[in-house]
Amino acid sequence: MSFHPALTGRNVVQRQKNTRTKNKAGKLTMKKLTTLIAATALASLMATAAWSKTFVYCSEASPEGFDPGLYTGGQTFDAAAHTVYNRLVEFKRGTTEIEPALAESWEISADGKEYTFKLRPGVKFQTTDYFTPTRELNADDVIFSFERQYKADNPWNKYVPGASWEYFSGMGLPDVLDKIEKIDDLTVKITLKRPEAPLLANLGMPFISIVSKEYADKLQADGKMELMNQQPLGTGPFTFVAYQPDAAIRYKANPDYWGGKQAIDDLVFAITTDAAVRAQKLKAGECHLMSYPNAADVAELKADPNLQVSEQAGLNVAYLAYNTTIAPFDKVEVRKALNMAINRQAIVDAVFQGAATVAKNPIPPTMWSYNDAVVDDKFDPEAAKKMLADAGVSDLKMKIWAMPVARPYMLNARRAAELMQADLAKIGVTVEIVSYEWAEYLKLSSAKDRDGAAILGWTGDNGDPDNFLDTLLGCDAVGGNNRAQWCNQEFDELVTKAKETSDIAERTKLYEQAQVVFKREAPWNTLDHSLAVVPMSKKVSGFVQSPLGDFVFEGVDIAE
Amino acid sequence: MTGGSKTFGPPVFQRKKGLAPMLRFIFGRLAVLIPTFLGVSLIAFSFIRLLPGDPVMLMSGERVMSPERHTELMNQLGLDRPMYVQYFDYLGGLLTGDFGSSIVTKRPVLDDFVNLFPATLELSLCAIILAVALGIPAGVLAAVKRGTWLDQTIMGSALVGYSMPIFWWGLLLIIFFSGYLGWTPVSGRISLMYFFPQVTGFMLIDSLISGQAGAFKSALTYLILPTIVLATIPLAVIARQTRSAMLEVLGEDYVRTARAKGMSPFRVIGVHALRNALIPVITTIGLQVGVLLAGAILTETIFSWPGIGKWMVDSVFKRDYAVVQGGLMLIAGMIMLVNLLVDVLYGLVNPRIRH
Amino acid sequence: MTVVETTKNPPTGIAEFWFYFSRNKGAVIGLAVFLIILFMAVFAPFVAPHDPSIQNREMLLLPPVLSEGGQASYLLGTDAVGRDIFSRLIYGARFSLFIGVIVVTLSVISGVLVGLVAGYFRGKVDTVIMRVMDIILAFPSLLLALVLVAVLGPGLVNAMIAISLVNLPHFVRLTRAAVMTERAKDYVIASKVAGAGTLRLMFLTILPNCLAPLIVQATLAFSAAILDAAALGFLGMGAQPPTPEWGTMLAEAREFIQRAWWVVTFPGLAILITVLAINLMGDGLRDALDPKLKRS
Repeated sequence: MSFHPALTGRNVVQRQKNTRTKNKAGKLTMKKLTTLIAATALASLMATAAWSKTFVYCSEASPEGFDPGLYTGGQTFDAAAHTVYNRLVEFKRGTTEIEPALAESWEISADGKEYTFKLRPGVKFQTTDYFTPTRELNADDVIFSFERQYKADNPWNKYVPGASWEYFSGMGLPDVLDKIEKIDDLTVKITLKRPEAPLLANLGMPFISIVSKEYADKLQADGKMELMNQQPLGTGPFTFVAYQPDAAIRYKANPDYWGGKQAIDDLVFAITTDAAVRAQKLKAGECHLMSYPNAADVAELKADPNLQVSEQAGLNVAYLAYNTTIAPFDKVEVRKALNMAINRQAIVDAVFQGAATVAKNPIPPTMWSYNDAVVDDKFDPEAAKKMLADAGVSDLKMKIWAMPVARPYMLNARRAAELMQADLAKIGVTVEIVSYEWAEYLKLSSAKDRDGAAILGWTGDNGDPDNFLDTLLGCDAVGGNNRAQWCNQEFDELVTKAKETSDIAERTKLYEQAQVVFKREAPWNTLDHSLAVVPMSKKVSGFVQSPLGDFVFEGVDIAE
Repeated sequence: MTGGSKTFGPPVFQRKKGLAPMLRFIFGRLAVLIPTFLGVSLIAFSFIRLLPGDPVMLMSGERVMSPERHTELMNQLGLDRPMYVQYFDYLGGLLTGDFGSSIVTKRPVLDDFVNLFPATLELSLCAIILAVALGIPAGVLAAVKRGTWLDQTIMGSALVGYSMPIFWWGLLLIIFFSGYLGWTPVSGRISLMYFFPQVTGFMLIDSLISGQAGAFKSALTYLILPTIVLATIPLAVIARQTRSAMLEVLGEDYVRTARAKGMSPFRVIGVHALRNALIPVITTIGLQVGVLLAGAILTETIFSWPGIGKWMVDSVFKRDYAVVQGGLMLIAGMIMLVNLLVDVLYGLVNPRIRH
Repeated sequence: MTVVETTKNPPTGIAEFWFYFSRNKGAVIGLAVFLIILFMAVFAPFVAPHDPSIQNREMLLLPPVLSEGGQASYLLGTDAVGRDIFSRLIYGARFSLFIGVIVVTLSVISGVLVGLVAGYFRGKVDTVIMRVMDIILAFPSLLLALVLVAVLGPGLVNAMIAISLVNLPHFVRLTRAAVMTERAKDYVIASKVAGAGTLRLMFLTILPNCLAPLIVQATLAFSAAILDAAALGFLGMGAQPPTPEWGTMLAEAREFIQRAWWVVTFPGLAILITVLAINLMGDGLRDALDPKLKRS
């Protein structure tokens, strides 16, 4: 109810529409364009394009809200963080490399505990129907953006019921962060309790977007704090116009954007939850770009002469985690034998119709420090059978846990489990497939005494290998994210050391070594890295896929 | 719920004539509603607490949360208090119109409901209009031409419609009309090029108010397939009901007399028979509200129609406790009110049932 | 059925029934189709050309035999993991019929019991029972079933329980109404005076005379249960894959809506044909039982 755009004011889209239909005076001044419209089909999308370049993106889900700090959903980050907001540092488009954004430059102290950020001068906040800023970005905004997420006494810490700042605590910031101070108007210093090499990558993540303190103060004074989550206002390339729940989100290009005004004038997110429907809309020209096509539709979309399809290995991995604390899965030979008996290529074909690659390492190939020298287990049922027999295991019965939901790294765990079941039957292993409701699944699969091997996966948050290797396989994560319950001293020392080192070359070496240890010990069967496929109209240019799976529309353009 | 019988106490109005009996009837019905509503709230409340897996687990997804953090969040959401405290808190909220806030979006449930309900209402109204507009003439025709191939065709089609798995029917229509022929848009309520403020929430009306050329037509094309799908079952039910009601009336003496008197068949059927046959049919239409809402759940899911049916299904899957609970309450409350309205209207028409 | 006490000429009962039933051509066709489906379900292992769970990985998404590229051994084509759709549909018939039988049995037995109690004893018991039924009826049935299954955990058994529960009020109301009509009739009062006990009165005297509308309602519930279970399966809350339940197959097929029409079309068609056959039979049953109702 509160999302209705005002009828009057600076709303460009609105004014143009009104001009076209109601306002006679406006019609006269815009005579040429009106004629142009009459010449083309009145009701076609092209007509709008003549007025203003409108880019339509068929997105997969409604945003949870518009304050990126509060949520964890990718669709929310696409809709708020990458349009309306900026961060101190950001990922260079199409990479997981950090580059300056609202912070022009930064310095890290020798002990790795102090980070001093120099802010970009002259950055303007957006001017909208609901707020007109009077000052430019300064250190207060940055400090406010951090403090509201972890200081319980900050009035904004609980400004919506159940606000939990999930990512802020999920990335461990409350444990690491000591203080954040203003040095001068354009300088901010962050002090850590201990060195933490992945911090910069964390600061590039959507949740720590920089909001306007001035806007927040006004909302607070007006007693309308909840609007922060409904009418966002930031420094980003697009200005929020309106949200029609479960239908569409509208933005216009921010004319004052510090990176320059965008080539497109309007940006629309058409929320379309069904992937098949998104594909049809794209083919019908109702949108320019879509997210997450069905694997089954990709071939057809590629064949369409009006479309182009961009593909990139996603920053993810799907795995089958054995419980390495329970016999006989505590034996490396048994785990290796099972790995060799499962035809992962068949899974990639049947579940992803080829839109994935078989994984050999626990981190995806697009991530720095990926060790391509690691030799994968060969699919060899005969050898596997022999290995099992040599390990003294016969008539093995096991459970395979299949998650009940589709995730980007595993579209259909059930189907994958069925394939594994058939493969393992050939080496005399009887598999029972079990599944639980998703929340239960997450909880029960973490249990140290879990019976069976669990299918699960991970999508990288910040492009740092630590986010995979330590998070998923470190000793601290046993009973939690470490679903293999695997604690290997050698591996753990390598990743812990890498976390405390800021030198990238040094870290790369350590992580490469860790991958070798991982493969030797085989706590998981690494199943696949899915391919992120983005189909779009041939008219679209300048769209760069993000390895993190975000949809960023800065820099896109459409040909007439 | 055992306290329910107490609410049947003596009504406030004791006069015997005039409006009093009607008011008594209405108040009696309202009194029955209160225990039912309490029961509904208890069910909605307890169902949701019984869902396996707590919402806090889901919030974190693959990332496992520390037990301390888990406890903290449960506390923040008030989920760690005793059940009965939570229930009375919830009831208290209901009385002040507070249906809770979504765990996922943090938005008030009532706001979302009010926002999305017009979409469902628009679709349901169009479906029921289509069902009545086609179902009654079809039923009358079948009754008048009883036993002919026309009757058999109509009744055969009606039975097919009545047996239709509408979720599959919707997919077929999409494959054919949207995919193969490209005639209708695939999903949504209106083409994205039209953008105007929500006034009534009815896209057909709003598009007219906006005055934008082509907007109404666009809204209409988006509405066609979902309307057909949702209307299928009510249409079949109404056609069958009309036919049997008509057959009964056509057999009555006064109709035969009218016919014998040489009144034109059109007049006999149109004026005398139909008017009487419609009474049971209208009741049937009233009873279709629940059927429509159940149908809306499937139809909206297939067509990505942003209404409350899809909202509820999505919320069940997201384990959004608060929304499922609040949504169940609102939907059940609405159905109860509609049923009450049907009852009262029926009571007005037919005074005998008041006693 | 122990109709002996009340029906005057038992031998002609069935003949008379068949006389009325067979006058309705649709009902006979429905019965025939239903028997075919029943036969296929019972003898699925012999009828089905393939094992429903065997994956032929060389034949993923093979089109039906009459389409270009189809193969005679896969009559209706294969699904995404190379399973024969025709065989899966045949096995699926087992699930659908099973669901129908269980749901009807559960809801008829419990509904009739509760309805008998409410209608026979009246008073407070009746009020409470009817209030509870009102509460169940206040929710749209599919929504209630959906939430119930979400609570109990997705699966075939829980789907059946949920559907039985939402069906319950219809049987309770019907039984109660019938019992209340019958209770005041002379023959009941007569046997009461003759000293028949409560249970005897309820089950042996009154119940048999309320059977006709219950049978008709049970047929309706049978087909409705199949539809509801399929809808739940379609929403991902019914039988879980790889069970070849029709609604579940349809849900799995949704992602292929653009590419492989057959995986979407046939499961739905199977549901429609089965439900239609049962409804045709239901119409025939009503026609056959109605005149009896009128004469009693």
